Amino acid sequence: MIEPELTRCVASFHPGATGVTGAAKLSGGASQETWTFDIVHPSGNVGAILRRAPPGYGAAPGRAAGLDAEATLMQLAHDAGLPSPKVMHVLTPEDGLGRGFIMARVEGETIARKILRDEEFAKARPMLARQLGRVIAGIHGLPQAKLPQLRSLTATKEIEDLAREYQSFNWPRPVFELALRWLRDHDPGPSSEVTLVHGDFRHGNLIIGPDGVRAVLDWELAHTGDPMEDIGWICVNSWRFGEIDKPVGGFGTREDLFAGYAEAGRKVDPDRVMFWEVMGTLRWGVMCCGMMQRFRLGPDHSMERAMIGRRASETEIDLLRLLAPRGK
Amino acid sequence: MQDEPTPTELIKAVADFLRNEIAPAIKGHNGFKLRVGINALDLVTRQLALAQAGDTTEAARLKALLGADGTLMELNRALSEKIASGEVDLTTPGLPEHLWQTTMDKLAVDQPNYASYKRELGTK
Repeated sequence: MIEPELTRCVASFHPGATGVTGAAKLSGGASQETWTFDIVHPSGNVGAILRRAPPGYGAAPGRAAGLDAEATLMQLAHDAGLPSPKVMHVLTPEDGLGRGFIMARVEGETIARKILRDEEFAKARPMLARQLGRVIAGIHGLPQAKLPQLRSLTATKEIEDLAREYQSFNWPRPVFELALRWLRDHDPGPSSEVTLVHGDFRHGNLIIGPDGVRAVLDWELAHTGDPMEDIGWICVNSWRFGEIDKPVGGFGTREDLFAGYAEAGRKVDPDRVMFWEVMGTLRWGVMCCGMMQRFRLGPDHSMERAMIGRRASETEIDLLRLLAPRGK
Repeated sequence: MQDEPTPTELIKAVADFLRNEIAPAIKGHNGFKLRVGINALDLVTRQLALAQAGDTTEAARLKALLGADGTLMELNRALSEKIASGEVDLTTPGLPEHLWQTTMDKLAVDQPNYASYKRELGTK
């Protein structure tokens, strides 16, 4: 049980808290878990989320920013007035809960199919793209001097990382080769401006309410690099969930997204966005193949992982639609 | 020779049972996992029905494109190397058509409900 440790922990940062209730694991891989619980307080319970690597797990894997960096970024975003949960506490060794942090729980929906289909989000959908444009601009404008230590990424490096990972699968995919070749031929070079990049700004990591976006989550893949990467990633067809004529998350247009970004005083480079959309499509395809590898080789021998391997072909058709469109 | 029923008939019978009798009674995360499992069985059924014809025509196109013989794996490796080196590209006669047909045949097995696939079926 986790509640005794949480009870001791919350008393240290939430004066008057008498305990916790309703602790439940929301998701968990081998090295990272997310828990929801309520802090019990005489003046009313407070919803909270624990994100942690359980005791005994060391440094974060290769691409991950690390939980301490995630907490810092989330708090920076919150302080800048962006939709971001307040960080309530960063775990210390005395807490006995491992590494990680506790944040305020934000109510809302993260499941794309509900956001795209349910009546309660009907009013939010038409305004989301513009709103998210402003939010992305806010993220890219966070003060560089306050950022934690993050890996830096360029287009050239990302192409080579994807190529290496694809080759490690030892399974020929002519469409992926075509995409890699296209990316190398169209590499725009280093960005004139290097900013914080969220790295995974898409459905699943955005809490949406009937009033629009309420929180940006999951800074695990945050890094510094070309700000256009985030804008290309949210346009990847894999995040449209069937609504393929609405390029931004299946709910909005590029024009609205770009306009929101510009309203916040930043400029979009549409060619670079297109480049990163191709990169993002290939990246999701490579990730699908990686799931299949972990299914076959790793400890997670689940049907879900196996079946995600069979979704790589979705990115192949999307790459062909981008790079070799057929006449109508 | 193995006896009847065929693998396709067996898998389809199991998938239909799970879909019609079991799925309505299972809620929560196991319900989600059950749907993934049923999807996997449906995929296997489609592959058993479609893969042989698709592989045969894919191999024929690859042999024509490359002017070489080999297994499907060897031919795909050879094409991949030629695309990577730039020896063939989208201006090479037959290459776009081959990549499109091969990809459409994969989607017909993997995800026939994928929106991009359904759109392309209509615009061929």
